[in-house]
Amino acid sequence: MSTGSRQPAGSTEIRRGADQSPRQTQPRGALYGGSLRTLSIASVVMVGLALGMAFFYAPEEATEGFLQRIFYLHVPLAIVCLSGFVAAGAMAIMHLRTREARWDLRSYVAIHMSLIFGVGVLICGSIWAKGSWGHWWVWSEPTLVSFLIVILLYATYQPLRFSIEDPERQARYASVFAITAGAFVPLNFIAVRLSTAYLHPRVLGTGKLPGPMALTFVISLIAFALLYVTLWRFEMTAKHARWQLKALRRRLSGEDAPARRRSAEPELGAGLGTGAPGVPGAGVGPGADPAPGLRPEPALTTNNLGRQAP
Amino acid sequence: MPRVPPALKLDRVVRRYGEREALAGVSLELAQGQTLGVLGSNGAGKTTLLRLLATLLSPHAGGVEVLGASLPSQAWAVRGRIGLLAHEPLLYRELTARENLTFHARLHGVGPRRVEEVLEAVGMTMRAAEPVRTLSRGMVQRVAVARAVLHDPELLLLDEPRANLDPAAAELVEPLIGAESGRTRVIVSHDPRGGVAEADLVLGLRGGRTALLAPAEQVRQEDVMELYR
Amino acid sequence: MSVQPARRLDGEPDNRPHGSPGEPHAGPGGPTGPGGEPARGPRHPKTPPRLPAVVMALLRKELLVELRTLESVPGMALFSLSTFVVFHFALNRSSVEGDLAAGILLVTLLFAGMLGINRLFVADEEQGGFDALLLAPVDRSAMLIAKAAAMTIYLVVLEIVAVPAFGLLLLGSSLGNALPDLIGVLALVDVGLAVIGTFVAALAVKTRARDLIGPLIALPLLVPIAIGASRACAPLLSSGPHTGSGVRWLLLIGLYDLVFGLIAYAVFDFLLED
Repeated sequence: MSTGSRQPAGSTEIRRGADQSPRQTQPRGALYGGSLRTLSIASVVMVGLALGMAFFYAPEEATEGFLQRIFYLHVPLAIVCLSGFVAAGAMAIMHLRTREARWDLRSYVAIHMSLIFGVGVLICGSIWAKGSWGHWWVWSEPTLVSFLIVILLYATYQPLRFSIEDPERQARYASVFAITAGAFVPLNFIAVRLSTAYLHPRVLGTGKLPGPMALTFVISLIAFALLYVTLWRFEMTAKHARWQLKALRRRLSGEDAPARRRSAEPELGAGLGTGAPGVPGAGVGPGADPAPGLRPEPALTTNNLGRQAP
Repeated sequence: MPRVPPALKLDRVVRRYGEREALAGVSLELAQGQTLGVLGSNGAGKTTLLRLLATLLSPHAGGVEVLGASLPSQAWAVRGRIGLLAHEPLLYRELTARENLTFHARLHGVGPRRVEEVLEAVGMTMRAAEPVRTLSRGMVQRVAVARAVLHDPELLLLDEPRANLDPAAAELVEPLIGAESGRTRVIVSHDPRGGVAEADLVLGLRGGRTALLAPAEQVRQEDVMELYR
Repeated sequence: MSVQPARRLDGEPDNRPHGSPGEPHAGPGGPTGPGGEPARGPRHPKTPPRLPAVVMALLRKELLVELRTLESVPGMALFSLSTFVVFHFALNRSSVEGDLAAGILLVTLLFAGMLGINRLFVADEEQGGFDALLLAPVDRSAMLIAKAAAMTIYLVVLEIVAVPAFGLLLLGSSLGNALPDLIGVLALVDVGLAVIGTFVAALAVKTRARDLIGPLIALPLLVPIAIGASRACAPLLSSGPHTGSGVRWLLLIGLYDLVFGLIAYAVFDFLLED
């Protein structure tokens, strides 16, 4: 695992702590980097502010009343979710270009987060539809329908990964999927929009959002984008930590380490692909050392956590 | 004679499957026209090595040079100059031998005359119009040999090339894939004695690592048997 | 294996000229006598085949295998007939018109197509067709083009059976009037279904649950085509005079076919690596 410019803070922290010196790093400090803490606090504050503004600051909408306030949750969530899918596609392109496992991991986590956000969008969109039109589901509402299709497509991402055993092929196929699906998102929205009469409350489309409403919306959008990034980085950090733990455990149990369990998760370290050798710090796992004939023990020196192992 | 580049050059090649290393730092050089015998027990990495040389797999670390082209970046330069005879015959069961060979010939830009030529050479002209699924395993192997040499490759990668062949058939394919074919060859063998006898250079693999690498005449039978222990 | 973007531009791999000096030649004759290895004379001129030639070779092989095994097309056609019967009972109607008719026809064709898609790469996966292609000095995109072409042909054959059967069994209005326009719509649907199907089939064939993964991914991707095709077909299959052109919908399907084709072309190579 190497550090890129956009590497989550947590893992950079791990590297730094281990690379610098034999000084024992506190596990907690290693896992929760300072910048991640700042980011978390910022996103909590922003989400609180956004919700506060949505409920108390934004003026009541004339026709829809109180329920319209769900707009400040629904639309930003949807925008962030879709941007996440598209970003995952871009990360997948990077993965196919560089063959570095970390890009696959990023893409994976982004899709994961977007799926969670997407389910939230469907739920609050459904509530809004019930309030406005009296039905939980409205087919004539193109955005909601497009959303469902996109979520259904991305719901196959995990099963696809899970049913490919070879981690490298899994990563590659997942990236191909992510790129295609990312491109499909806008196409699908155009197609579905064409097919239906405009019924969706086109608050944004009119371009005449009153000042306080627009401000609340923008704040809300920023807040949820921040929340997305924070959660993304949390999961990235967690994945790194778990992988480090696995590597450590494998080191301790040596050759007798249990075989990898089948999983849909990207594998760091193993199967870094052809781009890996040149990348500093790329080979962390045993066997990443290009020298011939080295057994896992000498690989200790290349491992970040090696010094912490007894 | 001018100095020709080696036909094969491996430099600390690593190939992993997940966390397991199928090849862990194999290095060697093979001159043109020579034969490399690859020995080792099941799972030692022989097939992985063969697929790697055939450009079907790319190395995770280390350098691979085949016929002067470094893999995987220049794989396009050597495709079509390599003949692979693997475990799977790479033949469609429902198609006849001739149809299969014609298909491969078109992929390699080889004319139909050559198809008849290789069919003749492996003694399959008479049965060339029968679907491959109806042929015996030995005959399938003969068609597979014909397929492997169809495009007149410079490098032959052979995995147990004489499996399922009776002595007559083995003799039949000898000019195509034997030493007298003059091609550079890599032969994976499960027969320790024959594998060494046929080779110029012997590579013994064990758990993906080089356990033995020596000119054939220097290889003692005990060393070879040690590989399977 | 890394992809060489440069190769994409000219569409054809740059195969190094062959027959380096000093390269030994297979000796003529052998102990096997006259039949052994006839003298080959001059070296076989091996120019790497061009893309159209490779596509044709793959397509011929594909159709030949299908003709021998009859694994896909008859199954697809039979499935479509059964589906019409099921629709008849499920809807409890003896004839349908308009958008209902369009929907039934479309759904049946899509699902029948799914059967073909599931089988599209199975023979290659099991019998080494992928390796054969990868060993040859050819552009791998040929596989996408050839398979999509084969799939289009299968779908056309399917429709030659299914559409008249639909007109006979379920359709209330006359098929004859609608036919010229319907052929145009279905042609676009076939191309889209074939391209998406080929892409998804290649994605799914190396997974363990390919029969499940394939349709699960394909159906959402086919929604835009389903939208356009059902909207375009609905007026054609109603008994009133055809009004309003479906040009907008045809354009939608056509554009989607094109864009998805480009996406599939861009990423297809990565599915063939090992």
